[in-house]
Amino acid sequence: MFETKSGIFLIAGLGFFMLAFVVMALIPISIYSGESEQSVEEIAADGLTHEFVDLAERFPEKFNEYFGKPDPKSYAVALRRGHKIYVGEGCWHCHSQFVRPVSNEEQRWGSVSYASEYENELQRPVLFGTRRVGPDLIREAARRSNDWHIAHFYEPRYTVPTSVMPSYRWFFDDDGYPNRDGMSIITYIQWLGSWQPEYPYWTGEGPPPALKADAAPDAAGSEENV
Amino acid sequence: MNDKIRNSAMAADPRTLVDEKIVLAFLSASLAYVLIAMLAGLLYSLQFIDMYPFAGIEFWSPGRWRFVHTQGVAYGFIANAFLGALHWAVPRLTRHPVLDRRLSWFIFFAWQAILVATVVGVLFGEAQALEWGETPVWIDPVAQLGLILVAINFLTPILKTKGPMYVSLWYFIAAFIWTPLVYAMGNFLPEYVIGGSAAGAIGGLFIHDLVGLFVTPLGWGLMYYFVPIILKKPIWSHGLSLVGFWGLAFFYPLNGIHHFLYSPIPMFLQYGAIIATIAVELVVTTVIINFFGTIYGRGDALRSNLSIRWFYIGMVFYFTTCLQCAFQTTLTFQRIIHFTDWVVGHAHLVMFGVFGFWIMGLMLYLLPRVMHVDEWYRPRWNHWHFWLTGIGMLIMFFDLTSAGLVQGFLWKALAPWSDSITASKPFWLIRTISGTAIIIGQMLFIANVFMTWRLSKSGALQSTPTQHDPTHEDDAGAPALA
Ligand code: HEC
Repeated sequence: MFETKSGIFLIAGLGFFMLAFVVMALIPISIYSGESEQSVEEIAADGLTHEFVDLAERFPEKFNEYFGKPDPKSYAVALRRGHKIYVGEGCWHCHSQFVRPVSNEEQRWGSVSYASEYENELQRPVLFGTRRVGPDLIREAARRSNDWHIAHFYEPRYTVPTSVMPSYRWFFDDDGYPNRDGMSIITYIQWLGSWQPEYPYWTGEGPPPALKADAAPDAAGSEENV
Repeated sequence: MNDKIRNSAMAADPRTLVDEKIVLAFLSASLAYVLIAMLAGLLYSLQFIDMYPFAGIEFWSPGRWRFVHTQGVAYGFIANAFLGALHWAVPRLTRHPVLDRRLSWFIFFAWQAILVATVVGVLFGEAQALEWGETPVWIDPVAQLGLILVAINFLTPILKTKGPMYVSLWYFIAAFIWTPLVYAMGNFLPEYVIGGSAAGAIGGLFIHDLVGLFVTPLGWGLMYYFVPIILKKPIWSHGLSLVGFWGLAFFYPLNGIHHFLYSPIPMFLQYGAIIATIAVELVVTTVIINFFGTIYGRGDALRSNLSIRWFYIGMVFYFTTCLQCAFQTTLTFQRIIHFTDWVVGHAHLVMFGVFGFWIMGLMLYLLPRVMHVDEWYRPRWNHWHFWLTGIGMLIMFFDLTSAGLVQGFLWKALAPWSDSITASKPFWLIRTISGTAIIIGQMLFIANVFMTWRLSKSGALQSTPTQHDPTHEDDAGAPALA
């Protein structure tokens, strides 16, 4: 059995592979089978982030050209595109999207990740990440203002002098304003964590646009996490 | 040719069994990709020391070149080299040619086309978000088909053999079944069928199985074949080979989830994966003992035979990574080292320090034989290749491991994020330097191969079959006879 073709073929080749597949894949699948996956349209129907609205207000002409009105439909388009860029540029090689319950990560980024956050189309395949060169991004929504992100994507060293993040000039038009890709990636980044109860977590100047007045600036948080 | 061996082998001259041209073709492609992949890695590493030469240009987006690095190493360098070596080893072990030589050539060209399409695809931003599954969606089905054809091409001669099989063939059979399954699992399920945390579990299983069920069994199978042949000595213990194979087959696939410890994947599965990982370390120890038992008494070969040296240094690294793995998989270590450069160091030691080293040893053995030369253009260059690569690899490993500890503890201490970047930069500089040493080593080797090939064409280093180097003779007998 141990040295015959059929033994190796059936037991080691197929048998052990299937066993591992059952244990390591089918069990988690069955555990989470109750959770249904949200599509991007369903996410967008839950409401826009105010950062998305802010983009529309700040760059009305370009926004109108790229996305039309800031409504669930255009929000879904921007999220999808932002997600594709996040994947295609390999952002996930430098940024994780999962806060662990150890190493004081809760204090640095916010509440620990839980399974249902990942049950949506934009986590397919799941973007847990493999390496943190930059900080985790799953609680990024509204941590920074759109302006901060615009400056940061154009040249990360403008906002964080020690940064090793690449500059993404092609997210911008020649006039220096974000183009379709730039607005999409910012929309996507500002969505990450916007489903959390602690959102909005506004740290920019003044009150957040189109929003309740209760979001007080939290300067300490932003400096510490640079 | 040695008549006795030839007669006992019953079959035709191994030179007609083996299509030497295809071995050469695969090995050359592999060398081309090791250079491309490494240069891409070097380029990416410059981003970390503020020296990226093409900053702000879309096509040169560092993240995209990182895809070229990892994909190039796995599917360009390692897969091509293994396919080349298999075209040499499988017909000799089974005494049957592969199913069809035209199929082999078809696979060769199809595989190179897949690789080029992958590189072009990821450079234009079409990657997918799964390590080693980054290949653009429209290539996945083609690559899947290619892997199935590879399996058919090689399984046919293996299934034709009669009687007990040699260890290498166990590993090969298993690998040819596992690889297409693993590829299908990783490239289709998380993308089309399953989402969320469960897909994370599958992703972990995929990256792990790709190393464990594709690269590892083929690597060990080739070691079980080439080490005894070069040492002219049977493997030390048949019993230990059995333990090693079955232990690997059982425990390795159960490790997947250890890539996502402390994630929302259920905790009892995480514990299971940890225990299976520690078990793998025990299994690996038996294999290592077996190989060191084999070389015992022939230690001089480490000095006199460069292939053996590559093989055994690779095995020492293999033991190191597995030992490291048994610790780093524990929850205690995970708190600190997960997401740090420690893991990057580990990955480099496995993929290049182990399998890359074995491949270099295989190339040194196979290339002169398929080019029909008795000596290298510059034998000294091969020594430089070894030392530059070996020392570069060691430095890179220790450098990244230490960097990981520094990063992990700074994060835990809630130091500002930029502190962890500033503290890492010296380590990243050393990484780039050690990587450069490795690349220079490979360039020397590639230059040597090229010059040797050119001279073989002109006949300067040519050996005629009648006055053949005696070390070539043992090729006829497969170790299955031993
Ligand atoms: C080479 C690694 C690397 C890549 C690739 C990378 N980043 Fe970063 N990122 C960093 C580092 C380092 C920081 C921390 C310093 C800083 O803020 O610039 C950072 C910071 C950030 C921040 C700010 C987080 C905060 O709140 O402090 C965001 C948002 C971000 N990155 C998004 C992205 C996106 C989107 C991409 C892909 C288009 C990307 N990054 C690609 C390394 C990287």
